[in-house]
Amino acid sequence: MYSPAIIAEAVVNGMLTGAVYALVALGLTLIYGVLHIINFAHGALLTCAMFAVWGLGALGVGPYVAIVPLVPGFFALGYALQRFVIGPASRGRDGNVLLVTLGLAIAIQNGLLVLFHADTRSLDAGDAFEVVAVGPMLLSQPRLIGFAVAVAVAVLLWALLALTDTGRAIRAVAREDLGARLVGIDVRHVFAVTFGLGCACLAVAAGLLMPSYYVNPRVGEAFVLIAFTIVVLGGMGSVPGAAIGGLAVGVVESLSGLFLGDSLGQIGVFLIFILVLLLRPAGLFGARA
Amino acid sequence: MSQPTRRAVLTAAAVLAAPTIPRAQPASVKLGILQPVTGALAQDGDLGRLGAQLAIEEVNAGGGIPGLGGAKLEMVFGDARSTPDAGTQEVERMQSEGVCAIVGGFASPICLAASQAAARYGLPYVVDVGVSDSIVTRGLANTFRFAPGFGKVASVALDNLATLNDAAGKPAKTVVLVHEDGLFGSGLAKLMQAELPKRGFEILDTVAHPTPARDMGNIALRIRSLAPDLILPSDYYAEFVLLARTLQQQRIRPKGIYGVLNGAASNYRFVKEFPTLAEGLLDCNHWADPRNPKTQALRQAVEARGKSFAYNVMLNYSCVLLVADALSRAGSADRARLTEALAGSSFSGHIMPYGPTRFVGGQNEGASPVNTQVQGGDIKVIFPAAFADAKPVFPAA
Repeated sequence: MYSPAIIAEAVVNGMLTGAVYALVALGLTLIYGVLHIINFAHGALLTCAMFAVWGLGALGVGPYVAIVPLVPGFFALGYALQRFVIGPASRGRDGNVLLVTLGLAIAIQNGLLVLFHADTRSLDAGDAFEVVAVGPMLLSQPRLIGFAVAVAVAVLLWALLALTDTGRAIRAVAREDLGARLVGIDVRHVFAVTFGLGCACLAVAAGLLMPSYYVNPRVGEAFVLIAFTIVVLGGMGSVPGAAIGGLAVGVVESLSGLFLGDSLGQIGVFLIFILVLLLRPAGLFGARA
Repeated sequence: MSQPTRRAVLTAAAVLAAPTIPRAQPASVKLGILQPVTGALAQDGDLGRLGAQLAIEEVNAGGGIPGLGGAKLEMVFGDARSTPDAGTQEVERMQSEGVCAIVGGFASPICLAASQAAARYGLPYVVDVGVSDSIVTRGLANTFRFAPGFGKVASVALDNLATLNDAAGKPAKTVVLVHEDGLFGSGLAKLMQAELPKRGFEILDTVAHPTPARDMGNIALRIRSLAPDLILPSDYYAEFVLLARTLQQQRIRPKGIYGVLNGAASNYRFVKEFPTLAEGLLDCNHWADPRNPKTQALRQAVEARGKSFAYNVMLNYSCVLLVADALSRAGSADRARLTEALAGSSFSGHIMPYGPTRFVGGQNEGASPVNTQVQGGDIKVIFPAAFADAKPVFPAA
């Protein structure tokens, strides 16, 4: 059996990782909450963002600095994708959107495979293995930074939704899309802005992941599975649900990795997925089943 | 315009016929080289290809294959893309292009699948690394493994570990095994789990991790809580680097890190990029005889190309020379005759510390690993004494 200190450290490690997972899930849940579509291209877009961070790294731009140009870049990409590809191609039917995003995911993944081949690449950032001693714990510096930035982004996103006109418009569309249309909100624009925000979250997550993680064209798949679990756990469309769900999934993954070994570490995450679907299908913060 | 003279016509005819007048250049012999040069194992595949390429260049520069009238070797390269499926596809392609044999595979699952695919065509397959012993126990007549399998490696590694520990006054009693969860790591761990207690070591834990692994934090935590005297890692390059760096990050300093067929512990890239981390690392692995002048020549050729002198360079180089020798003795690129020549090989012109080659059931019985240690930024051989160029430093200071 492990000493409490070791278990505590595993829990803290899990929360640090979970915060970045939450960021990925935040984008997914936001898009679901407003557009009522499941964006299957989320993982592929994350992979794109990670390659962008890696590419900028090769040009000498550090991963945290890379976030600054990538956030507007990915916002614009997301906006354009929804406005000019997903929106028009769906012809107003949600079933079509599912297929369009799935098709987009396949196209992006294979595009990256053509460009970068299947090789796994990583960034040799200077601080990747720096640690910060907190009591008896040695916490990884990139993860602490990741945690802080992820929390800051979640707060910013909350403020945007709660306090700005754009946020009100987004919430109005999410609540009642016809009503929003009637009071003069440009729903297509709001959809595209939301999709853009979701993609901007991915750009931040990519910058936080790359110092300690690697990238290959299939890397997004692993995260998107976890992100789906988080969204289901937190409640589809719920922003606080994604934040809390992310931390919870991070902790579960870390503890099951510690007790069951790294090969079986993911089992805990999928157990949650199944249990939530069986016992509380609406999730922790979901409105209704 | 004048009519062409009779003499001009004759000269022209002579010129046209000229290529047939000197003794005909023998057709080149196609040799399949299979390596994973993309995907998770791309780095290793690249080194394997380099070893094969250097051997082919050496054979061709030295006048080709003597027994085939100086025929040159021509490389037909196949990218196994780090998966057995892709390896099999490439075998099919290379066989249809008419290769006389295939050398390579690198990872055990690729070697298993590719040699089986080659067996259907009676195509000789020389495994370069692939340490899983199931590769040579299937009774495939076409499959030859020049290097030792993990059964042999595990027993030599543990004998040498016991010798090392005894000589230092038995400072190490407890161990933690860390291994990748594929065919290579799991198979090796199973062997060591059975053998270590017999040699007086207590196994505190056996930890598996996937390849590629994204985090060694949990493994480091487990190791820190168990505080073993020794860590025995068996994994590929990227994972070992991650593990070693995480151990350093978590300030875990065992009495020794003793790799068994480790992907990085005897790798110059690792020694160069992380010199302080690498210093003192012990490994039981494939390694060339440092006292053979050909080894030093190959090392220079490899380093001149800016690559690291890794064990798979040494093995692929040796395996291609082994096939070249068999081709010469067979006097033909015919697959059946080449298989026969390989089976009866006593080739000793390679650089590995194996002595003359002797295949029994496809396994080279003379093959054996050596122990290396990183000392002063270089990789030195410490066991067996006959090939050693340094004395072991144990336990770590």
